[in-house]
This record gives sequence, C-alpha cells and structure tokens, in this order.
Amino acid sequence: MANSIRVRAVASGDHTEVQALVQHPMDSGFVKDAQGNLIPPHHIEVVDFQHAGKTVFTALWGPAVAKDPYIKFSFKGGQKGDDLAVSWVDNKGESDSLTAKIM
Amino acid sequence: MLRVIAVSIAALWVAGAWPAAAADAINPDADFKAFRDYFTKKFPKVPLNDFVNGPYSMDAGLRKQWEAIEDFPPYDFAVDRGKQMFATPFKNGKTYGDCFANKGIGIRQNYPYFDEKSGEVITLELALNRCREANGEPPFSYVKDEMASLTAYMAFTSRGKLFDIKIPNDPRALAAYQNGEKYFYSRRGQLNFSCASCHVQSAGQHIRTEVLAPALGILAAMPIYRSEWGSMGTISRRFVTCNSQVRGVPLEPQDENYRDVEYYLSYMANGLPISGPGARP
Repeated sequence: MANSIRVRAVASGDHTEVQALVQHPMDSGFVKDAQGNLIPPHHIEVVDFQHAGKTVFTALWGPAVAKDPYIKFSFKGGQKGDDLAVSWVDNKGESDSLTAKIM
Repeated sequence: MLRVIAVSIAALWVAGAWPAAAADAINPDADFKAFRDYFTKKFPKVPLNDFVNGPYSMDAGLRKQWEAIEDFPPYDFAVDRGKQMFATPFKNGKTYGDCFANKGIGIRQNYPYFDEKSGEVITLELALNRCREANGEPPFSYVKDEMASLTAYMAFTSRGKLFDIKIPNDPRALAAYQNGEKYFYSRRGQLNFSCASCHVQSAGQHIRTEVLAPALGILAAMPIYRSEWGSMGTISRRFVTCNSQVRGVPLEPQDENYRDVEYYLSYMANGLPISGPGARP
C-alpha cells in the first residue's frame, strides 16, 4: 500500500513549520452504514513527530477527529536536510510511519 | 388527383421547412464561439485559462483557501493509487496502458471522443471499464474510489494539455453533440433547473455558501476531491449529484445522455488546459 502520510516540513529561521496529512477513515463508532449496522470505531490514537531522536509533537486523537486528518504546527530548531520521522498508531493496532527531509 | 395533391403538399413542406431547418442547423463552431464569448464578456477580468479553476476564478477569498489547499492537495493519495493501479498488471498480464494511446499517459485532453465504429461517445471512464472487461476483470463503480483514482492519475499526467475534442464528419457524431447540448439546456427536476440555469446564467453567483462554477472548462478539473463528499468523485458522480440536487431522478452513470453532455461540454472547452485532478469545497 502506498504510504498513508504526506509531510512537508520547511525550516525558516530558528523554526520549522510542519504540515502533514494522514489518510485514515477515522470512524467514530457512532455512525451506521446503509444497512443500519454500526460501523466499528477505527481511528488514530497517537501521532508522533520526531526530530533528531526527540519527540517534537505528539497528538492524542479520538473519535471526534475528522477523516483524513490534517495537522499543522511548528517547532523550534530543525535544519534544512534534517530528518523528520512521523508515525501513527490506531485503535486496531495498525500503524504507519514515514521519514521526510526538512526543506 | 389525390397523388398530385400529395406531391404538391410534400413539395410545399420541403420548401417551407428548408429555411427553418437551416436556421436550426447544428453548427458546433458557432456554438463554440457564442459560448466562449458569453463567458469572456460576462467575466472580462478572468483570464481565459483561469476558467478551468471553476469557482476559484470567480471569488478571491475562495481562491486564497484553494491555494493553501493546493500546497497540500487532498487528491494526492488518489493520484498515487492510480499510478500504482496503472503499474499493476491484470491477471492476463496486460495493463491499463495497453488499452490506450501513449500507454495512457497525457491523453486525458482527447476524451471524450466519438467512436465512428460503434457510433457512440466514449468517455475516459467508459474506456477504462471497457478496458477492464476486455481483459477479463470486473468493471469498477463509475462514481468514485478506483475509477476516480485511475482518472485522477490520467488527468495528472495530462495537466496543461489543451482540450482537443473533435466532431468527426458523421451525422451520428453531430446528433450526439446536439443531444448533449439539448440535455444541458433542458430543465428538469422539481426545482426545474437546467444545467445551464446554474452554470451559465448564474455562474459566479452564490448558491448558499458555494460559488457556482462557470460551464466553460468545468470538466477540466475532473475528477475532483470535494470536501463536501469527503472523497474523490468522477464526472459521472458530478452529473448524478447535480441531477439529484435539482430534485430530479438521476440517470445511470455513463448513460448515453451523460456521455453526450460530457461531449458537448468538452467540445466547448476546446483549447483550455486540463487542470485535474482538482479540489473543490
């Protein structure tokens, strides 16, 4: 499967601005399908961004977060060419990760 | 005596009908010019090539949001998936590329075309499913998911290429064009709207919070990721939802009428660049 994560991290001055998009159904567990059956919850629980072995951002997500979530933040530090590792784990134990270069 | 009358009536009918028929004669070139002039006069500040960006060519605020979205386009996953599907052979070892000219790369602008052998309009979506069937694979749903991924990839590789829709010298091709035109301008549904009511007469105006896209180049950005849908949709999906939004009964995707409308609209967009896949609110 193609990677479910898209990241763009741009260093400017002493900050790095990060944008990321994750492809995920983010089913809340409260919605029914066309047959009236409850769609079981299936959502990301933890998203983690690491730079130089240190976590720079963690998000704890629940059923209220929308499908295919988008996230944007900035952190202090980060140089052009550095690695930024992104990973997520969902409530079914599925996960994905990606390492992107800071631009 | 009776025969003489019949003959003279027939002669009269022919003589009488001829000028009227000439006035109604199908003239795609004249239609094309009138259609384009209408939009360029209505929106003199919009550059011609910008019409393919639909509502964003009409509204500066929306445009800003869109530019931010394009930084990180939501259709990206579909393009990737389409590319992967293109690279994956069918069970018989052939690929999608084998069904198309130039292996399917950079050819979106030539669709739909009129096939003189079968006498019908062939859209990209139809061609893709026929390709699957010819290779012993079950067809995809026309409206989303796989079909949208495939067309997204094909549009992506054709970005910037100019629509090049031809109407061959064949009465059936002209008839298809005319049928598409008729469908486009015919009112339907409980709201009694035609496609043109929104996308010609009211283009650029708001319908609730949305800005109506101009019909000129409206298919260039297809398939689209619509935030309202939360997913990708094809031209078929757009036509079906348009029909149900005016509270009409939609046709089946890839119905002859829909294909003819696509033919008509794409012909009107000749010379405009493919901008798909697109993102719409």
